Amino acid sequence: MIMGATALAGCVQIDTPDKPIEINLNINIRQEVVYRLDGDAKKLIEQNSEIF
Amino acid sequence: MGKNVMRMTKWKPTGLALAAVAATAAVAFAVPSAMAQRDPAYAAARAAGQVGEQPDGYLGFATAPTPAIRALVQDLNIKRKAAYTASAQSTGSTVEQFAFTSGCNLIAQTKPGEKYQTPSGAWKTRDGSPPERDARCP
Repeated sequence: MIMGATALAGCVQIDTPDKPIEINLNINIRQEVVYRLDGDAKKLIEQNSEIF
Repeated sequence: MGKNVMRMTKWKPTGLALAAVAATAAVAFAVPSAMAQRDPAYAAARAAGQVGEQPDGYLGFATAPTPAIRALVQDLNIKRKAAYTASAQSTGSTVEQFAFTSGCNLIAQTKPGEKYQTPSGAWKTRDGSPPERDARCP
């Protein structure tokens, strides 16, 4: 077990990434999409006023 | 007991009874318009600034909620998600995209005194000036 782990550890190479890791949770929401959906969002809010 | 039953069986429609029927019908007609209004408890929580609009299109708590307010907001957020999901499908967008766009509008529509969350996550009380919104909001 220990022997195997040691052998495996010998094969693992960890390099630092060239570019910084960027985590942006909002990456899927682009401004052009928001502008496109704006009219439909307004309609939804108006037609379902009891939940907004 | 038996006397009461007898009396009931002999009871005939009167003007009063017809008025009662008419009143019931009026209430039945009034229900659809009442459905389109905010629940009074929700309206009160909004006005009191306990509940506010988040940039993601859902309601949040500006102050620690009571169990009743927590339950009310969870229920509304579930209904909002269902509405966003249907609209996302019909517009070919994701639920998050549609919810976010709605959030832009809902924050813009807050009334003075109501709470909203800024892009940095802070809760602010709406005043006369435009609200602080995400740069992507129209």
